[in-house]
Amino acid sequence: MGTESLTSIFLNAVLANNFVLAMFLGLCPFLGVSGKLSTAFPMGLATALVMLISSLCAYALNLILVQFDMEYLRLISYIAVIASAVQLVEMVMKKFSPALFRSLGIYLPLITTNCAILGLALFQTFREYNFAQSVTFSLGGGLGFTLAIVLMAALREKLDLVNVPTVTQGAALSLILGGLLSLAFMGFAGLGGGVG
Amino acid sequence: MTSRSSQAGNPSLELLMRGVWRDNPVFVMVLGMCPVLAVSNSVINALAMGLATLFVLVASGALISMVRHLIPKQVRIATFIVIIATFVTVVDYTIQAISLDLYNALGAFIQLIVVNCIILGQAESFASQNKLLPSIINGLGMGSGFTIALVCIGAVRELLGNGSLLGFDLLGPQFQPWVIMILPPGGFFVLGGWLLLFAWLRERKGEVRIISGGCGGH
Repeated sequence: MGTESLTSIFLNAVLANNFVLAMFLGLCPFLGVSGKLSTAFPMGLATALVMLISSLCAYALNLILVQFDMEYLRLISYIAVIASAVQLVEMVMKKFSPALFRSLGIYLPLITTNCAILGLALFQTFREYNFAQSVTFSLGGGLGFTLAIVLMAALREKLDLVNVPTVTQGAALSLILGGLLSLAFMGFAGLGGGVG
Repeated sequence: MTSRSSQAGNPSLELLMRGVWRDNPVFVMVLGMCPVLAVSNSVINALAMGLATLFVLVASGALISMVRHLIPKQVRIATFIVIIATFVTVVDYTIQAISLDLYNALGAFIQLIVVNCIILGQAESFASQNKLLPSIINGLGMGSGFTIALVCIGAVRELLGNGSLLGFDLLGPQFQPWVIMILPPGGFFVLGGWLLLFAWLRERKGEVRIISGGCGGH
């Protein structure tokens, strides 16, 4: 597993094994923040940024934990790192782009409980990726997440204009829509070569 | 499981049923979707995941409720997460010791229980404000509701996608498995279907309208 090529890791993370649509990671923001395109896109980018930072931190942290035979602390330390990374992104964003900070509002702290981020850190550890592979994986994962949430938001904006039966409104319709998207993304299977 | 209703009076039973039925975390509140869709491709996986989550809910709820006066308000979320992560690590190693097959089938999703919003939500909104016993009962209710929902989804997916239930072949050799049901899209479709069913039932019960038949007959 540790010898996968970088292209294959990237393509797998973005399309064939998309984090949201094939691996079911990060569904809460995917269903919750995908109502409008204007918030979905920044949300995707912020998540991608946190993914990159926490992936780098998790890689360094894992080296230390393995060195001292303390793998049982992995989960606790990863989640602490992710919470701090989210805090950091929040502070940086508040300083340099207050407009974006306001538009994301309460969704920013919620990134902490986005399982795509912890999932990314855990997967890169399980698959024993080296440094370059980890960075590629986190970039692909972030791009894949952004792609999925933007596609979903675009579809749901169109759907607002359509007259659907009252029972299907809300979560049920979003899930069926997610299923169709997921079905479409299955067409990319095998693109990255080998199952990730 | 049957003895828990006898230990307390009526309000406790109501609290329990709230998690199981009225505020079911999956079917009503649509929380904690990631594990729901990811591991519900067979009944066994769904049941194991549900029970693991139940344990973490009850244990973390009990501990947080006991130390709730010691936690400073500013760092409460971080404290909750560390407490939850501790119990998840316990579950992780326990499942690894009991059944390695199950551990491999569930993969990273056992460790991802940490970021299940049901647990953090319960810690923040219930366990940190209530006494020990109500917190445990609330955890039991939410956990059972989560487990029941997972098994409902898992049963449909396993039956349609594999023709079996709990590993027993039910539909005979001439059944053509509807493979898409155990693949990722199936998870979305089956949960969407259940939500549709409940929405339809609610609408029928709530207000008897003429259009209800037309809406349900999709």
